[in-house]
Amino acid sequence: MSGPPVYEPLWGFYTLFQKEWLRFWKVSVQTILAPVLTALLFLLVFAYSLRGRVEIFPGVDYAAFLVPGLAMMSVLQNAFANSSSSLMQSKMTGNIIFVLLPPFSYQEFFAAYLLAAVARGLVVGAGVFLATAGFVQLRFEHPLWALAFALASSGVLGVLGIIAGIYSDKVDELSAFQNFIILPLTFLSGVFYSIHSLPPVWQWLSHFNPIFYMVDGFRYGFFGQSDISPGLSLAIVSSSFFALSFFTLWLLRSGYKLRS
Amino acid sequence: MVPAIQIEQVSKSYGALRALDEVSLTIERGEFFGLLGPNGAGKTTLINILAGLVRASRGSTRVMGHDVVSQYREARRALGVVPQELVFDPFFTVREALTFQSGYFGLRDNRDWIEEVMHYLDLTVRAETNMRALSGGMKRRVLVAQALVHKPPVIVLDEPTAGVDVELRQALWQFIRRLNRDGHTIVLTTHYLEEAEALCGRIAMLKQGRMVALDTTQNLLRRHLGCYLELRLAPDRLPETLAPLVAQRRVDGYRLALRDYVEVERVIAELRANNIEIQELEVMHPDLEEIFVQIMRDEDRRETIDERGNRTVVREGGHERY
Repeated sequence: MSGPPVYEPLWGFYTLFQKEWLRFWKVSVQTILAPVLTALLFLLVFAYSLRGRVEIFPGVDYAAFLVPGLAMMSVLQNAFANSSSSLMQSKMTGNIIFVLLPPFSYQEFFAAYLLAAVARGLVVGAGVFLATAGFVQLRFEHPLWALAFALASSGVLGVLGIIAGIYSDKVDELSAFQNFIILPLTFLSGVFYSIHSLPPVWQWLSHFNPIFYMVDGFRYGFFGQSDISPGLSLAIVSSSFFALSFFTLWLLRSGYKLRS
Repeated sequence: MVPAIQIEQVSKSYGALRALDEVSLTIERGEFFGLLGPNGAGKTTLINILAGLVRASRGSTRVMGHDVVSQYREARRALGVVPQELVFDPFFTVREALTFQSGYFGLRDNRDWIEEVMHYLDLTVRAETNMRALSGGMKRRVLVAQALVHKPPVIVLDEPTAGVDVELRQALWQFIRRLNRDGHTIVLTTHYLEEAEALCGRIAMLKQGRMVALDTTQNLLRRHLGCYLELRLAPDRLPETLAPLVAQRRVDGYRLALRDYVEVERVIAELRANNIEIQELEVMHPDLEEIFVQIMRDEDRRETIDERGNRTVVREGGHERY
């Protein structure tokens, strides 16, 4: 063999991110188009049946109200799906060995999976906006707030996906996580309705759903209206992100389940 | 010179199961080392600990002087691992898989070396083929290539020729030998004792997590038995006096285990005295397989003696001598 190898710092992290990006991009019909279509279907069904009859924010057409929520829902579900399914599949097929043998730090490992999950979430979200652009008139009152919420929220779900992917040993376990936790929380977060229309008990319970704050804050970026002050919502979402990230970094450092 | 691998009192338990029990081993640079043992002996666990895929419960492990946990970066850079299972990423072609692997190790532009490795392993013609579409043999070659992209000084192969056809086995042996000649330290686990005998200079044998033998291949071969005698007799029966020497009763003959070559003469004399004609006689050297079986059997025996008390093994003369 010729000369000794020359290592470039952070190139390992970049390669891992690139691989994770390609992993969903190569099957974009399944990973991007399908969720965009699903969101579009929700829009068509709900807007068709409720448009003109329901007005949640004054002066805002129901369909327009619905779009940011649908986009956020897609962002969250896909960010979670990306990291969780990637880790899960790698473990099951055994090819996780290829990312455990190299010398990346656990921080680099974490960052690569997280960024790819956020990227997928945002791409799907953007796709939803593009697809629905022809159907509704959207306002962008506070675009920076919307972006902040999009990033922080997809981050939270991306990290949750990493935790779920590390923990699950079987596809069943991951499906359970997805179907019994992530899905209900995203659907019952005020995407389709205002929590004010719920009975008081359910209104109160909704405040314990972290996704409620994500959707509420994100919508603020569009309509300038929200149930909770956006500052408070963003604080809640961001601190969830940091808390979950520290926990995940600790899990990775301890080698739990990946290097047992 | 810093040894390639230092394993010190490494133990690994999974709950009540002791997968590895105080294994200590040093492998010097440039060695071609064999790790043998029955299934469940702990060979793969030991390799996984070396590679950082599993954390030892106790003890320390170093690759080229770097601790595999506290100095994982340097340790992993120095190690290439060819896993036992034919794992692959179904999204990529051969070239992509190798390029990504290089990238993971921090090697930005490794194109020339990747082409060279593919050429040595006869993969160039399939460089743009998706991993899914490759035969088992080709997948195995890609696994070897993946272990080499970062030019590690130490290469570990976990059963590299299991289930592989004769042609590929010979090609892999040749290739691995060449790597060793170029200065790489090779650690091989295998079930094919013929392979260990042909390739390895030194061998360790594991059984149920403990090391039960550690010696050069030559010494191991010389250790236990004198020779074997393969006999075909007419009439096909053996005198009583020779019965204790029987190692195996064949369909049309006997295999005797002799402690010494001198005993060959005694056997022939006995047969003549009993008017038994020798139709065929062959003197055979013990191969590693027999030594291995013998050592494993001896271990069994030593353990049974102590089963009343704790599960300890009587060692012949202290911890160094096997």
